[in-house]
Amino acid sequence: MTEPPLLEVRDLSVSFPQASGIVRAVRGISYTVNQGEFLGIVGESGSGKSVSSMAVMGLLPRNAVVTGDVLLRGESLLGRDDRELSRLRGKEIAMIFQDPLSALTPVYTVGNQIAEGLMLHDKGLGAKAAAVRAVELLRVVGIPAPERRVNAFPHEFSGGMRQRVMIAIAIANDPNLIIADEPTTALDVTIQAQILEVLQKAKELTGAAVVLITHDLGVVAGNADRIAVMYAGKLVETGAVDDVFTRPVMPYTIGLLRSVPNLVTAGRTRLVPLEGRPPSLSNLPPGCPFEPRCPIAVSACTTEEPPLLQLRGGHDAACIRAGEIESGVLHPSDVFPRPEPVAEGAKVVNERESILSINGLVKHFPLTAGMVFKKQIGTVKAVDGIDLEIRGGEVLGLVGESGCGKSTTILEVLEMTSPQVGSITIAGRDVAELSKAERLSMRKDVQIVFQDPMAALDPRLTIEDIVGEPLTVHGTSRTERRRRVAELLDLVGLEHTMAGRYPHEFSGGQRQRVGIARALATSPKLLVLDEPVSALDVSIQAGIMNLLEDLKLQLGLSYLFVAHDLAVVRQIADTVAVMYLGRIVESGEVGEVFARPHHPYTQALMSAVPIPDPEAERSRVRILLDGDLPSPTDEISGCNFHGRCPLFKLLDPARQQRCLTEDPHLRVIDTTSAACHHVDQNTLQPL
Amino acid sequence: MALLDPTTQGEVDLTAALVDPGKAPRNSSRARLIWLRLRSTPRFWVGAVIVVGMIVWAIAGLWIAKWSPLDQDLINSSTGPSTSHWFGTDDIGQDIYAETVSGLRKSLVIGLIAGPVGTLIAAFVGAFAGYLGGKADAVISWLINFLLVLPAFFILVLLSPVFKSLSFLVLTAFIAMFSWMIMAQVIRAQTKSLRDREFVKAARFMGVGTPTIIRRHILPNVASLLIIDATLGVVAAIDSETALSYFGFGIQRPQVSLGVLLADGTPSATTRPWMFLFPAIVLIVLLFAVSLVGDALRDAVDPTSGNTRD
Ligand SMILES: Nc1ncnc2c1ncn2[C@@H]1O[C@H](COP(=O)(O)OP(=O)(O)OP(=O)(O)O)[C@@H](O)[C@H]1O
Ligand code: SF4
Ligand code: SF4
Ligand SMILES: [Mg+2]
Repeated sequence: MTEPPLLEVRDLSVSFPQASGIVRAVRGISYTVNQGEFLGIVGESGSGKSVSSMAVMGLLPRNAVVTGDVLLRGESLLGRDDRELSRLRGKEIAMIFQDPLSALTPVYTVGNQIAEGLMLHDKGLGAKAAAVRAVELLRVVGIPAPERRVNAFPHEFSGGMRQRVMIAIAIANDPNLIIADEPTTALDVTIQAQILEVLQKAKELTGAAVVLITHDLGVVAGNADRIAVMYAGKLVETGAVDDVFTRPVMPYTIGLLRSVPNLVTAGRTRLVPLEGRPPSLSNLPPGCPFEPRCPIAVSACTTEEPPLLQLRGGHDAACIRAGEIESGVLHPSDVFPRPEPVAEGAKVVNERESILSINGLVKHFPLTAGMVFKKQIGTVKAVDGIDLEIRGGEVLGLVGESGCGKSTTILEVLEMTSPQVGSITIAGRDVAELSKAERLSMRKDVQIVFQDPMAALDPRLTIEDIVGEPLTVHGTSRTERRRRVAELLDLVGLEHTMAGRYPHEFSGGQRQRVGIARALATSPKLLVLDEPVSALDVSIQAGIMNLLEDLKLQLGLSYLFVAHDLAVVRQIADTVAVMYLGRIVESGEVGEVFARPHHPYTQALMSAVPIPDPEAERSRVRILLDGDLPSPTDEISGCNFHGRCPLFKLLDPARQQRCLTEDPHLRVIDTTSAACHHVDQNTLQPL
Repeated sequence: MALLDPTTQGEVDLTAALVDPGKAPRNSSRARLIWLRLRSTPRFWVGAVIVVGMIVWAIAGLWIAKWSPLDQDLINSSTGPSTSHWFGTDDIGQDIYAETVSGLRKSLVIGLIAGPVGTLIAAFVGAFAGYLGGKADAVISWLINFLLVLPAFFILVLLSPVFKSLSFLVLTAFIAMFSWMIMAQVIRAQTKSLRDREFVKAARFMGVGTPTIIRRHILPNVASLLIIDATLGVVAAIDSETALSYFGFGIQRPQVSLGVLLADGTPSATTRPWMFLFPAIVLIVLLFAVSLVGDALRDAVDPTSGNTRD
């Protein structure tokens, strides 16, 4: 046991001197990574995850003040000059970034960039040999037709493929340590599953240790051996993944774990919200940084910051009351109890009449080329004949990967004009037949909540003006508006004294509450929610989800809930529709679709969602999809999923022929509707 | 990289929550920030003090003068600065000081009207074109490009017989009409990107009308640009007026502007320099000072000069 660990970070601190004070982004963290180990670092946005790993790589901006030490096999990395560091980088340590487009040079081919890295570190390697090795690496990371693709430029690749190239470059020189900073955050779940698979493969091939930075607990549960939780620039809990997930000790970890919706349990229990926001790192008050949000804080918590202390075999936590929690005196469910559901009496029972009905909706965009003489060179089939139905008091979850047509669908609903093909009926009225005045008054009934709460609120208006804006359209008097705004703010859980403030003074979760209050101003019947929680930190999502659930029950609202996160949809929706390339491929009652999906795409989508439970993750069989979402301009004959369909590959040629020539339509199968010819042949086992 | 956009907003002012919503401060923190930065720019103060000083002088300068612009002191014609004629007199005995103040007054009025009016036209035309898009945008863009290729000075020269006989306000209007195009293009581009912002979409789906959306959401969000443009527009308008008048196509005697005075002083600039020099100095100082203010404003607003954007 004389061998030093592969990577040892000792009391690392990073601060950025700024006009407004010193930002202490990382405040004394220590951890080690052993050869071949997989460490997952999780934490909220701004907790210092990126900064601490940038410090390890020596990639911080010049104004950063770094103290402490970083040792690679016992040798210090800090204070080395740039040349030495770049030699180490790539050869010993490789880094994978969230945004591969900015990490790849746009003017060189992908092959050149891989070869360049290879030759830089292996002077004896000739250009020919490097090119051959580049092709080989691309094959390893799963780029189809690598001989051809090696000559492509980065912009010709999709996000997922670029990330594969980054992994290829990272493993090119057989590094001992790979640091990946949110490598899959910008990607869809099915692509994320592919990339994580490639990362695992790369780890096996090179025997390297991996440090994976992510905010997704599910990703950590499924991949990492050890987890480190960061909060306000400190490590607050570390340990083996199973240990921390089953017996978390630090209240922040407990809150985090209890707040994430879990695909397996979602919809049955309420989420546990973790309110508040992390402290500002520029002048931290003394004491535990989690104290303002901690439900079990005691007075001692405000005086001294608890250090990270060893509990039992390799499980450390930083909390004054760690002993009580560990010994079971305080149970995690006492720390963050589940909130009570809305009382029966407060519920509004809705007549189950149709609120929104979409029939055969089509929206095609012409794709034109040429600057002066525009000519049509194709059609983007953004929405290609879909039916949706929402009844009073119901939530329809619309799920699908980015680019599948979800946003176009909701924009068509909100425009309230006659669609290209098909019809949209809101509360029994066909929108194509509305007069201008009727359309204006119908806008009262349908309101929208956007994904990014900062972008959706005019930064120059006060909260009062923002929330009251829908009322100005319908001629509400100023005093009445003010009264209503106060009422709405109360309803969404904000102080009505905040009405005079501006959006930037609020946290992300509070801003989303403002957005919801605005949407409720005209007492709508239908709320269109476009990814309402995906821009929020996980800990805050739960509070918003609970609010939406409560509002639905209290006000008898219907939601069209658009999301890519299946667990979130499972939590709130009554019915679900799965969209793929402008079509609905499966729809039905949410419990049925999630328990027994029939369409191979639905199955793949579900199996790609990481579950924040290491044990469940290990026992899962993933159905991986091949390749990326085809471009919506492609003319695909037959079933538009056949190029990626995992079931298609298992079929005999006669059946495959049917997939290739005949377009499947939605039909009822058991309890759901699916658009697949061969549901009876489906032997795929998701989850 | 997430590194570069700090996620933690500044400290929330807790006392603000206790203030009555109706009385809460209305200026957004962005405006406050710009003001803070302006305040610490010496250029701004130098410019602002000179501009204010010149405005005061233009208003009050004649009260202390011994002569009015129209008086003729024939005994003392063509004399240099003296205790009686501070800036000297011209060939027909008119007091250069009185004429300069009166010319400055006219030039200032023209500049202060034409600059902001041009900006106003730019704001509305640009915002409507950018917001409406489609046909309306195509027509307006075509018009803007057409006006841009027209030689504005030449047109004003051609039109000068029309406004020679009319009030100087007509000239002012013409100057404004030829000075908004570039800014309109900038505003149009800004509006196009604002139109896709979600708060604008949200307003549209609430049923808020186009003029209200432009007034409430688009223009306030380009306000800083407009303020800069209006300031620098003052400089441009005074420039245009001076040039036109200098060549005899702008303000006509008996009215005077700085351009008229420069034109009158030019032939004798070497023999009797005071006739040319004093109006020229006043003009240069004025333009310089307004430019300083505009420049300082631009720097204070410039989004690339810090990470303080909201
Ligand atoms: N160059 C810099 N100058 C000043 N402050 C910085 C700089 N880079 C990062 N910070 C600050 O350091 C803190 C930690 O940032 P970091 O990027 O490590 O967070 P993170 O945990 O990676 O968050 P995310 O989940 O958003 O990626 C933040 O408060 C951030 O604003
Ligand atoms: S130290 Fe105190 S405030 Fe911090 S997590 Fe533990 S109990 Fe909560
Ligand atoms: S129709 Fe064929 S290709 Fe399409 S989903 Fe079913 S099996 Fe797959
Ligand atoms: Mg980060």
